[in-house]
Amino acid sequence: MYTHTLTELARALKARKISSEELTCTYLARIERFNPELNAFVTVLREPTLAEARAADARLAKGDAGALAGVPIAHKDIFCTAGVKTSCGSKMLDNFVAPYDAHIVTRLKQAGSVLLGKTNMDEFAMGSSNETSYYGPVKNPWDRTRVPGGSSGGSAAAVAARLAPAATGTDTGGSIRQPAALTGLTGIKPTYGRVSRYGMIAFASSLDQAGVITYTAEDAALLLNVIAGFDARDSTSMDRPVPDYTATLQQPLKGLRIGVPAEFFDAGLDAGVGQAVQAALSIYKKLGARVQEISLPNFSLSVPTYYVVAPAEASSNLSRFDGVRYGHRCESPVDLMDLYTRSRGEGFGAEVKRRIMTGTYVLSAGYYDAYYLKAQKTRALIRRDFLEAFRSVDLIMGPTTPTPAFKLGEKTEDPVTMYLNDIYANGVNLAGLPGLSVPMGFVDGLPVGLQIIGNYFDEARMLAAAHQYQRETDWHRHIPKGFE
Amino acid sequence: MEWETVIGLEIHTQLLTRSKIFSGAATAFGAPPNTQACLVDLGYPGVLPVLNQEAVRMAVKFGLAIGATIAPRSVFARKNYFYPDLPKGYQISQYELPVVSRGSVEIELEDGASKRIGITRAHLEEDAGKSLHEGFAGVSGIDLNRAGTPLLEIVSEPDLRSAREAVTYMKKIHTLVRYLGICDGNMQEGSFRCDANVSLRRKGEVKFGTRAELKNINSFHFVEKAINYEIGRQAELLESGGKVVQETRLYDSKKNETRSMRNKEEANDYRYFPDPDLLPLEIAPQLIEAVRNTLPELPDAKRQRFAERYGLSGYDAGLLTASRELADYYEAVVEAVGGEPKACANWVMGELAAALNRDNQDITASPVSAAALAGLIKRVLDNTVSGKLAKEVFEAMWAGEGDADAVIAKRGLTQITDSSAIEKVIEEVMVANAEQLAAYRAGKDKLFAFFVGQVMKASKGKANPQQVNELLLKKLKG
Repeated sequence: MYTHTLTELARALKARKISSEELTCTYLARIERFNPELNAFVTVLREPTLAEARAADARLAKGDAGALAGVPIAHKDIFCTAGVKTSCGSKMLDNFVAPYDAHIVTRLKQAGSVLLGKTNMDEFAMGSSNETSYYGPVKNPWDRTRVPGGSSGGSAAAVAARLAPAATGTDTGGSIRQPAALTGLTGIKPTYGRVSRYGMIAFASSLDQAGVITYTAEDAALLLNVIAGFDARDSTSMDRPVPDYTATLQQPLKGLRIGVPAEFFDAGLDAGVGQAVQAALSIYKKLGARVQEISLPNFSLSVPTYYVVAPAEASSNLSRFDGVRYGHRCESPVDLMDLYTRSRGEGFGAEVKRRIMTGTYVLSAGYYDAYYLKAQKTRALIRRDFLEAFRSVDLIMGPTTPTPAFKLGEKTEDPVTMYLNDIYANGVNLAGLPGLSVPMGFVDGLPVGLQIIGNYFDEARMLAAAHQYQRETDWHRHIPKGFE
Repeated sequence: MEWETVIGLEIHTQLLTRSKIFSGAATAFGAPPNTQACLVDLGYPGVLPVLNQEAVRMAVKFGLAIGATIAPRSVFARKNYFYPDLPKGYQISQYELPVVSRGSVEIELEDGASKRIGITRAHLEEDAGKSLHEGFAGVSGIDLNRAGTPLLEIVSEPDLRSAREAVTYMKKIHTLVRYLGICDGNMQEGSFRCDANVSLRRKGEVKFGTRAELKNINSFHFVEKAINYEIGRQAELLESGGKVVQETRLYDSKKNETRSMRNKEEANDYRYFPDPDLLPLEIAPQLIEAVRNTLPELPDAKRQRFAERYGLSGYDAGLLTASRELADYYEAVVEAVGGEPKACANWVMGELAAALNRDNQDITASPVSAAALAGLIKRVLDNTVSGKLAKEVFEAMWAGEGDADAVIAKRGLTQITDSSAIEKVIEEVMVANAEQLAAYRAGKDKLFAFFVGQVMKASKGKANPQQVNELLLKKLKG
C-alpha cells in the first residue's frame, strides 16, 4: 500500500478497496520501524491518529467524505496543531502545545486527512540540512550518512522512506524544493500569498510560504487544491479564485516557452547535475516545448540579499520568544534581563542566534540604509529580472540545487557554504514567485531535482509541466534501498 | 537672562473601537486581567495581525477635522524592544509614512488672541499591556487586556510657548476627539494621555535648545505642573552655566518633580522596519469622502454658531460648546423654553454646572434633564417663582423631588405678585421698624436695602423683588 501515490490511495479509499485504519496502521508500523534511525518525525500520535482513521472510515462508509478522506499525512512541526506539541525544531518550544490549528491544518483536516505526526525540521526553519534541529539531524533515506536537505528535512525523509504518502512543508529560501530534490521527491512552494500563513510559525514573513512534498505533481495538485485560497486572518493572503489544479494537468505542452537562465550554470554547479538538467530539457523539447536561454543579470545578488532580508525579519519575529508567556524559561531568573538573556540564550541554537544577530545588526541605526534598505533595492532588481524574463517565456527551468545531498557534518562549520546550497532557490522567494522541484535522475546514486519556476499564480502551468514530465520518466517512482 | 520655552506635545488617544486594532478581542476597560487578550494580543507563535478598518476611519475623521493630509498610502512598521507587557517584542506603529500629516488647530490665548498650532502627524499604533508592580511578592504581574488597543498618536509642532498654552492645546484636542466620537477622553483610565517635549532657548534665538521628554502625564493639571517644573529646572541649569541633556524624564505628581528615566545613550535603538505581515494601508478618495460626510459640527463652528445665533459672548459660547453633550443639552433647554438663550445659558453654566461639578457628575448623567431645567426657567420667566427661590427649586429637583411645578407647589414657593398683599407686608415692616424709617426719611438712603431685606424676609422670600422695590420706594417716602 505504501508504495502508492497519494492520488492512488485517495482513490482506493473512496472506492473502499482499503480502509483508512489499515492504511494508517501500515504507516504507523513503518514509522515505528524506521523512524528511530531516520529521525524524520519528532511527534507521532498513534492513538488519536487511529481514532481519526476510524472516523474517516465511518464517513467513507456513508459516502460523504472530503477529497482526502482517510489519507494519512504528516505536518512539518512549524504548523500549529491544536493540543499537539508544536516545537518548530527548537528547545525554545519543546514544551509548547499549540492551542489552535494553523490554516492549512484546518483545511487538510476538513478535507478528511488523518494526521500521522509532526516532522523534524531545522530550528525555526533556519537551515539547509536539518542539522540545526534541537531534536538532532534527519538522515537521508537514500544514504544515511547524508543530509535530507532542509529546513523541511523531516517531511522529505518521511515521504521518501514511505513513512507518509505526503507531508507539508514551508519554504522561505528553498526549504521545500531543496529537500524534495535531495530525496527524490516533488515539492512545491506556491506563489507568496497563495496559501495562508496563519498558524505557521514565522521565520521571515515576506518570504515564508507553505507548500507540500509528494511523490508526484498530481499529488501536489490534489493537496494544493485543498490548502490554497484566501484567509482573512492573513493580510498577505490573496483573495483570488483557486483553480482545480488537477483538472489542467494534461494541458498540452506544445509551444510552451521554457527559459533557462545562463547564470544557473556557473562554476558552483556539479557537472552531473548540469547534465541531468539538459536531459530533462530534451524531454520537454520532445513534448513540444521550446527551450531558450535567458538571463537573470542580478542572480548573484540573491544569496546576499536573502541573508539580509530573512535575518532582519527573523530577528523581529523571534522576539516574542522571551520566556514570559510560553516556551523555554530559564531556572530562577534573578531579574528581567537575566530572564531574557538566559531564556533566549538557552532556548535558541547557534544558527538561530547567528541569524538574530545578523538581523539585529542590519536593522540597527547607522547600518539600516547600507544593509536593509539596500537589500530592499536589490530585491526589487531580482524581482524585475524575473518579470522581464516572463515577458518572453512561460516557465523558467534549471537545477534545484548545485549538488546532490552532502554528508552530515560536511557544511556545519561553514555557514556560507551551507547557504550556497540554496543559491538557485533564494531568488524565487525574494520575488514571491512559485517554485517547484521534480526528481530528474541520479548523480552518484543520489537523487537530484529539476526546478520549475512559474509566473505569479501560474501553479497550474507548472504542475502540468511537471506532471507530463513524470509521465515520460520514472525518477519519482524510485524508492530508496531498504524502504521498498 | 530671558528664556523662551518651546513645547511640543505627543498625545496618545485610545480609539473607541469595539475590538482591538489587529485582533477581534474586546477593548472595554476594567475587565479582570488577561480576559480580553486573544492569541494575537498574547503574541502566540503563528498568529498574524489584521487591521481594524474602524480604527482607520477614526484616524481619517481626525485628519479631516484638523484640515490635514490623509495619506493615500501609509505603512505600518515594527518598533522593536523587549518588555514583558509587549508580547511580540515589537509594537506595530507607523513610522516614516503616517496616515495623517500636516494639520492644525486654533487655540485661544489668555489675552483673547488666537494662535495656530501645527500638527505634524497623527499615526495609528497599538497600545502595550500593563505591568503591575504592586500587590505581588517579589514578582511583577502582566495584564495584557490593553495590549492591542488602537491608539492615535497626535504629534504637535514645537509651537507651544508656555505650560498654559500646552494645556489649552491639549484641552482643544481633548474636546475635538470627543466631538468626533473617536475617544472617550477618560484620563483616569488612560484613554487620553500625553508626553511633552520641553526645551528652552534665549529670547530671540532661532535654534531650539536641547529638549527633555516628559513621559505619560495623565491630567491637564499635571501637564501644567510638570512643564512648569521642567522649565524651572532647565532655566536653573542654564543660568548656572550647565547644559540640558537630551533624555526622557518621568513626572512624579506626588513630589511635583521630574526625574531622569534614561538618557540618549541608554535610549533603545528601535530598529524600525516595515511590518511584513501587513500590506501598506491604502485609503481611497471614496473612503475619505464617506468619512467626511459623517463629520459632526466641529467645536469651532459650533462655538461661532452659538455666539451668533444665541447672542452669547465668545467666552460663554466656548464654555457651552466644551463638549458635544453639554452643547446638545443647552440647545435642548433653549428649544424647550422657546427662546431666552441668555437666561438658559446662565442656568446651564451657573446652577447646573456647579451642581455637576460638586457631585462629580457628567452632563449625560445629570439628574435634572434639559426638559426639566427648561420647565424651571419658564416658571422664573413667567414670575411664578423668584430667581432666588428658583435656586432652591433647582436643588430640590436635583435631589429628585420632582419637576419645577411639583416642587413649587409642594414647598409653597409661588411668588407673591399681588400688590396689595405686598403693600400689607411693607406696612407691617414699617411699623415694626419705626426708628429706621425715621432715619431713612431724614436722608439715610442706604437704609432702603435694609427695608428690602426685611420685606423679603417677612414674605419668606416669595414677594416679587421688583414689585417690592417699586412699592417700598413709594411707601417709604410717606
